[in-house]
Amino acid sequence: MQSGLTIALSKGRIFKETLPLLAHAGIEPAEDPENSRKLILPTNRENVRLIVVRASDVPTYVQYGGADLGVAGKDVLMEHGGEGLYEPLDLRIARCKLMVAGRMDEEPLPGRMRIATKFVRSTRQHFARQGRQVEIIKLYGSMELAPLVGLADRIVDVVDTGNTLRANGLEPKERIADISSRLIVNRASLKMKHRAVSDFVHCIEEAVNNHA
Amino acid sequence: MPDNEYWLLPEGIEELLPLQAARLEQLRRDLLDLYSAWGYELVVPPFIEYLETLLTGAGNDLDLQTFKLTDQLSGRMMGIRADMTPQVARIQSRYLRGGMPTRLCYMGTVLRTRPAGIAGSRSPLQVGAELYGHAGVASDVEVLQLMVETLAISGIEHVHIDLGHVGIFRGLARQAGLEREQESKLFDALQRKAKPEISALLGGMKLSGSTGPMLLALAELNGGSEVMERAGSVLGSASAEVQAALLNLQEIAEQLRRRIPGIRLHFDLAELRGYRYHTGAVFAIYVPGHSQAVAQGGRYDDIGCTAGDARPATGFSADLKTLITLGAIRPEARRDAILAPSDSAPELQKVVEKLRRNGERVINLLPGQPVDGTELGCNRQLIEQDGEWKIVTLGK
Repeated sequence: MQSGLTIALSKGRIFKETLPLLAHAGIEPAEDPENSRKLILPTNRENVRLIVVRASDVPTYVQYGGADLGVAGKDVLMEHGGEGLYEPLDLRIARCKLMVAGRMDEEPLPGRMRIATKFVRSTRQHFARQGRQVEIIKLYGSMELAPLVGLADRIVDVVDTGNTLRANGLEPKERIADISSRLIVNRASLKMKHRAVSDFVHCIEEAVNNHA
Repeated sequence: MPDNEYWLLPEGIEELLPLQAARLEQLRRDLLDLYSAWGYELVVPPFIEYLETLLTGAGNDLDLQTFKLTDQLSGRMMGIRADMTPQVARIQSRYLRGGMPTRLCYMGTVLRTRPAGIAGSRSPLQVGAELYGHAGVASDVEVLQLMVETLAISGIEHVHIDLGHVGIFRGLARQAGLEREQESKLFDALQRKAKPEISALLGGMKLSGSTGPMLLALAELNGGSEVMERAGSVLGSASAEVQAALLNLQEIAEQLRRRIPGIRLHFDLAELRGYRYHTGAVFAIYVPGHSQAVAQGGRYDDIGCTAGDARPATGFSADLKTLITLGAIRPEARRDAILAPSDSAPELQKVVEKLRRNGERVINLLPGQPVDGTELGCNRQLIEQDGEWKIVTLGK
């Protein structure tokens, strides 16, 4: 879309919580992604379309111009590195925390802990800052299981209510970062579609401030 | 091991087949002719050098990008160039001293340890031009104009020029008395225009006066020419250094508009690419449909410091392979060759030689080869008629 705007979103919580913000900018999707198999969703505005991608792919789509803008969690951005992206706005939605968690009945920890996580980069940085050498085990889901079956000593994961942790006999041990979703912008789009992109960003900013 | 392991190329390394190679070569010649017409002389820096020399003045940015190996003769570390600009700066400072401005251009393969962007190349064919010995607006404008010409010759349309000036952030950081670490954190957040992070960082720094709000404002100072007006008022209480940078940028933009009417200019006062070695205006060209800059450059007045005398310098570079991909240079595969029979008669050799000297392409038929000239790109052939060699259209 050379003249219009393409916005990358992920299904689920981010999509649901972004909708009111988009509505403030006068944008409503023509279809609900939960009931549609389409990956490109038209909107009520002819020159705006949404693309539905995996949360962890949003920065990639925006960085390389597959989309002009996107909504991505700070956890995903920290993992991606944020290179080549602008992140002008904290949308204050989909809030949670990136935490180190372990068993409630934890045994004394070894010198070199094994950490199970899908946030490899953030985990490495967190422990490096503390000068602690850790062994990172990359998993793609159900991290809570790892300490229970002896695969890892601790895990690093996003924690919302903490219910899943408690249900599995785990508890938060350290906080790494507060997470919320950010509006991200492709560099070239801000330069070449400046009017459209900056108007959109300001509109969303207004919506976020009204909401607060 | 599967068979294809043997011919796979490393990631980010590519080869060009005849049609692409022809386009590349055509553009290479056109560009070098263009630079020559502007008085830029070609230099050929070495492909490999001692690491210290290679990284002089360019700082850490290049270090990670450079492939390294040990010189078996001297035991010293050598690097394969990842960027030719510092090499050319060294060449001009060591060999070409003198009061007059020096104009140099260069073209060559560089190697990078990491690809730039998605499916990016690790072996771009870098082409660029640098102007040394003049510190004013005029030299920046000349280089910008040549950069625009480069894209025009490549057949790339709808170019957008992005203009910034590292002196604005540098001046504000100095005015605010930022420590090195604070500056580097702020730089990182500003590169991403991450306003929430910038606010949080500035909040923790307890800056005096209005420098905090001005640093935050940088993240929003981007857009068309109205940005310069806004900057004038928002950065009103900034130091003389910042004011000078703003004025400098304004003058460059005005002169550029006068020279290239209708040029699309975009200003971004938080654009800090190459912050560690750039000293003045920085610029890049973007084109629709491509998420990375197609050509970039800027002023770097101190780069020669350790290699000799520091001279003012400004220049730009681009990747020739990107230019041919995005551009409209499309030479057709040549179909105008002449097929010469497999015959060692001296008269035939003379005719062939003469044709070739006159720019014709003559392809020898080899013994035992089927006589199908069209497969070889021929449209004519040499045949003997009445004791003379004549050119006739093929297939008749």
